[in-house]
This record gives sequence, C-alpha cells and structure tokens, in this order.
Amino acid sequence: MALLEICDLDVHYGAIHALKGVTLSVEAGQIVTLIGGNGAGKTTTLRAISGLLTPSAGQITFDGKRIDGRPPHELVRLGLAHAPEGRGVFANLTVDENLDLGAYTRKDAAGVAADRDKVLRLFPRLRERLLQPAGTLSGGEQQMLAIGRALLARPRLLLLDEPSLGLAPQVVRTIFDIIREINAAGTTILLVEQNAHMALRVAHMGYVLEVGRIVMADRASVLAASDDVRKAYLGGH
Amino acid sequence: MLGARAAALRPGYGFVLSRAVGPFGAFLALAFVMQLVVVPWAGPFYEKLLMDIGINCLLAVSLNLVNGFTGQFSIGHAGFMAVGGYVAGAVTYYGSFVLWGSPAVHGGFLGGGDLLFLAGCLVGGLFSAGAGYLVGLPSLRLRGDYLAIVTLGFGEILRVLLQQTNDVIFVPAQIEAATPWQMATALGGALGFSGIPFYTTVFWVFVMLGLLLIVAFRLKESSEGRAFLSIRENEIAAEAMGIDTTRYKVRAFVLAAFFAGIAGALFAHETGTTLNPRELGFQKSFDIVIMVVLGGMGSISGALVAAVLLTVLPEFLREFADWRLVIYALSLIIMMRFRPQGLFGIREIWELWRKPPGASPAGRGAS
Ligand SMILES: Nc1ncnc2c1ncn2[C@@H]1O[C@H](COP(=O)(O)OP(=O)(O)OP(=O)(O)O)[C@@H](O)[C@H]1O
Ligand SMILES: [Mg+2]
Repeated sequence: MALLEICDLDVHYGAIHALKGVTLSVEAGQIVTLIGGNGAGKTTTLRAISGLLTPSAGQITFDGKRIDGRPPHELVRLGLAHAPEGRGVFANLTVDENLDLGAYTRKDAAGVAADRDKVLRLFPRLRERLLQPAGTLSGGEQQMLAIGRALLARPRLLLLDEPSLGLAPQVVRTIFDIIREINAAGTTILLVEQNAHMALRVAHMGYVLEVGRIVMADRASVLAASDDVRKAYLGGH
Repeated sequence: MLGARAAALRPGYGFVLSRAVGPFGAFLALAFVMQLVVVPWAGPFYEKLLMDIGINCLLAVSLNLVNGFTGQFSIGHAGFMAVGGYVAGAVTYYGSFVLWGSPAVHGGFLGGGDLLFLAGCLVGGLFSAGAGYLVGLPSLRLRGDYLAIVTLGFGEILRVLLQQTNDVIFVPAQIEAATPWQMATALGGALGFSGIPFYTTVFWVFVMLGLLLIVAFRLKESSEGRAFLSIRENEIAAEAMGIDTTRYKVRAFVLAAFFAGIAGALFAHETGTTLNPRELGFQKSFDIVIMVVLGGMGSISGALVAAVLLTVLPEFLREFADWRLVIYALSLIIMMRFRPQGLFGIREIWELWRKPPGASPAGRGAS
C-alpha cells in the first residue's frame, strides 16, 4: 500500500466545487508531482491532505490511517509536513526562531539539533542569516527557509507547494537539486508545481490536474514525453 | 552555541518554574524596598501614583499576551478588570462583615485582613479567567474580528448588569440576615461599590506585577511563547507547524483575563478609588489597548514603558485632561504613519541593540 492514498476527494469552498473526485497515490520513497494551470486545485489538494481544509467527500489515507478531517497539528505528529504556498515564513521572527518552530512537535532535542545542522548544510545561506528577521530575506531565501523549516519536523511525507514560484532560474535549479537530495535521504515528497518542466525532471510519478479533476497520471518521464502535456504545460510543440 | 540551543529547546513548565524563583525573589525584595523606603519618603501622592502605574502595567502586559503575542484584537479588557474587582471586593467587604463584624481594615501586614484580601484577588482572578474562557472559546474559533466585537459586547453587557445591582448593604443586622445571593447582587449599582477596605499597597501591586512579568517573559522565551508569536505572524503556517492555534489563543486569553482580574482586585482595594461600572467601561479598555499599541504589539518592556508614560503624563498634565482622547488618537495616527509596529515592535528594549546591522529588529519586511 502506498504511503499516501487519496480516493475520490471532493472539496468545496462554499458554492465553488474546487476538487471533483481526485484520486492519487504517493509511494514511499518517491517524488510525485502534481502539475496543472492556475486555479486547477493543486493548493487545495495539499491543504486537504495537511488538514487545513476539510474535504466534503472522499478519503485520505496516510500510512494506512484515515486522516481526512483531522486537524493539521495532529497530522504533523504523524509525519506530514507542509511548506505552504507563498512560503508563509514568520516575518518578524528570526530565521533561527522560524527553524525552531519547524521542530515544534518534536521532543528529541539531540535529533533536532542534528537535523538543524543538516538543514543548515543544505542551505548555507540560512546559517549566515540565523539572527535576521525572516521577513528581510530574499524570496529565494524565504523559500529555502520554508523548506528547511518543514524538514525540521522530520516528516515522512513532505508537501511542497510551488517552491519555484517567483525565483530566478539559477535559484530554481538549486531548489530542485535540494529537493532531489532531500528525497535521496529518504523523505517522500509530493511536489506541486507550475514549472512542469523541472517538476517532471525530478519526479518519479506525475499527475495532471485540470479544473479540479485528474486528467492524466503516469510515470514522470512518460508525461514529459506526452504531446498533450508538452502542448499544455511545457510550452512545447 | 548549538549545544546550548538544544538544551533550551523545549523548556517544560518545571524548568520554567525553577528559573522563576530567582527573579521572583528579586521582585519581592524590590517590592519591599518600594513599600518601606520609597513610599514613606515620597508621600501619599506618589504612593497612589505608584499603585496606579503598577496596576496599569498589569493591564497592559496582560492584554499584550492576547493582542501582542497571538495577534488577536481584544477591546474589552476593562470588563475582565471589572469581574475581578467586583468579585474580590465582594469577598473582602462581605467577608469582613461575616468574620469581624465590620468592613474596616483588619490586622497588619499578612494579618487576617491581608490574607482575606489575597484570597479575594485570587478568586477575582479565577472568576475573570472563567469569564475569559466563556467569552474566548467561541469567538477565538472564528476569525480575528469577531473577538473584538464579542469583547466589546461583553464589557458593555457587564457594565449594564453591574448598574442594575442593588445598593451595598452596610447595616450589620441586614448582612447577618442576607443570603449569599443577596450579598452577591448588592454591589452598589450605578453609584459604585463603596466601602471596600483599602488593602492594596505598593508592595502587593508590585508582587502581582512581578508574577505576571515572570510568566510573560518565560512564556515569550519558551517554545510555547514562540508558538504564540507564530500565530500572530501567520496563523495558517503556525497550524502547518503542528501548533494547535485555537488552544493557544484560548490559553493566552484566559491567562490575560486572570491577570486583568487581579488588576481589577487591586484597583478595587486602592485608596481613593470607588469601584464603579462607568470607570471600567469602554474608555478604560481603550486606554489599555493604546498602551499595548504604543509600546509595540508583543513587546513586554514596550507595554511597561507605555503604561508608565500614559499613567504619569495625564497626572502631570491635568489641564489637558479634556484633550486626552484627542491626544491619544493623534499620537496613534502619527504612530501608524511612522512606526506602525509600535515603539519597540515585537522585540524587547534591550534587544534593539543586540541585533546585527541591517536587521531592523522590528522590520516588517516582505510579509
Ligand atoms: N479560500 C477560497 N475561497 C473560495 N475559492 C477558493 C479559495 N481558495 C481557492 N479557491 C478556488 O478554488 C480553485 C482552486 O484553487 P487552488 O488554489 O487550489 O488552485 P491552484 O491549482 O493552487 O492554482 P495556482 O497554481 O494559481 O496556485 C480556484 O478556482 C480558486 O479560485
Ligand atoms: Mg496554488
């Protein structure tokens, strides 16, 4: 059984039907990407998984346990971490304090210190800026902080919402390298991206979401080669 | 540095308590010195001013737990003050009658009367905390603005209810015949609750303030406190970190109400004050909000500085009393224009000099 299974998920925002029977699964150890245009429902899917939204129908199973409708603070303890869209760093708190909050649910001080060190090795920029308020970091640095902070929860499944948004190509490449590294170290990743090109390069599996429905699901390499995907999301011909 | 960090990572309540003993001793000593040296030397005017300052500091620092730490907007803090004041006042006034046959001050320092007064403060604080729970639980589940409306309504409803209470009973024979319910509803109505014995001293005010400051600073430094601040910074991200935001908001609110209740109890037993529904109405709440906003939402020392300033200044600028609200409003507008985060922002005064260059301590940056 896969680490994360979503079955026939429906989400409404009042009268707006944002997800219509979404079904997908994430195998342990993989990077799975969810791509789609603006308003397709990618962020909504991640929010439903991490408990920030309550689905109106369907099931979400994490590691064999039903988790839909459970509050986020319980899910973090189960091993789910979410780096939300728009980064959501705590602007007036220092980088250091932001990282501490990432480890909020953990009690193993030694393990946290080790993970902290790992994160700071992954993102040396953050080490230089530990005492700086997070709001004064550049966009790319804030993204690194958001990812690093989520990693400090030592998640089994990391949900990343558009980590490349608004970043220069150089920085995007760095971020994707790091995503691969995190995965190689054993963390399963569900990656939401508009940058389908990069996402399909690092992912094992891909899903394409269009106005609340999954319209394609396949190995990432197959999707990257498919004409439909190339036309719609890769600006290809 | 990393080793020390790991040790300080999640201080439990036990740790917090053990580290509070030293500071509390210091505060006790300070309160003694103020009472035994400063008060006799400075005279009654400054004695009252010191008590007023301490009480306003209690109010500002406690409201800061809600408005500053968790970023909620409560504008009914005086309501909690009223709950604490009336409950404590009823305990000492009617309690003194029952115990000693008269409401006069009974016994000296830590004598029977003082102990009754402390019990009254505690009971007042607990009632106020209970009221905070009832008001906070439903509204803190909802978005921020609801809390403002609910707290405002709470203060006003309370004021109207207090105005409906019966005259204070002062004839011993009538008190002997009265049921507890009759006593609890004889709180003086619109005229105010007169006759409460004057137990409040500079010593007790600063002991209570010391307690609150220790709680507040320990909170801010602990990972629990970090959780409070994160809610104010970004509630969704705080949830995503695994923080039960509703529980924390309620906890901050109840704690703040508890200390506002104690402030109210001190106010009720202060020389020269009459506990009066009008005095603990919206205007008082507004004064406290101003202190927090001026000092900087989230800055404990900022709230203290603002509370001292806003207590002392009006005292020496009595000619301008009519202009007070205009001056407050103007200074708020100027503040919002030039320093929207308050004097000290989220940080403490001493942290302003500790930060590396380029890192403005209260910088809002790209949020
Ligand atoms: N809080 C909300 N209230 C009402 N409608 C919403 C809300 N959040 C999202 N929606 C709607 O739900 C749909 C899916 O939104 P979602 O944010 O999941 O899209 P997305 O795929 O993440 O898009 P993008 O790539 O632009 O971030 C959109 O039509 C959006 O307008
Ligand atoms: Mg999105």
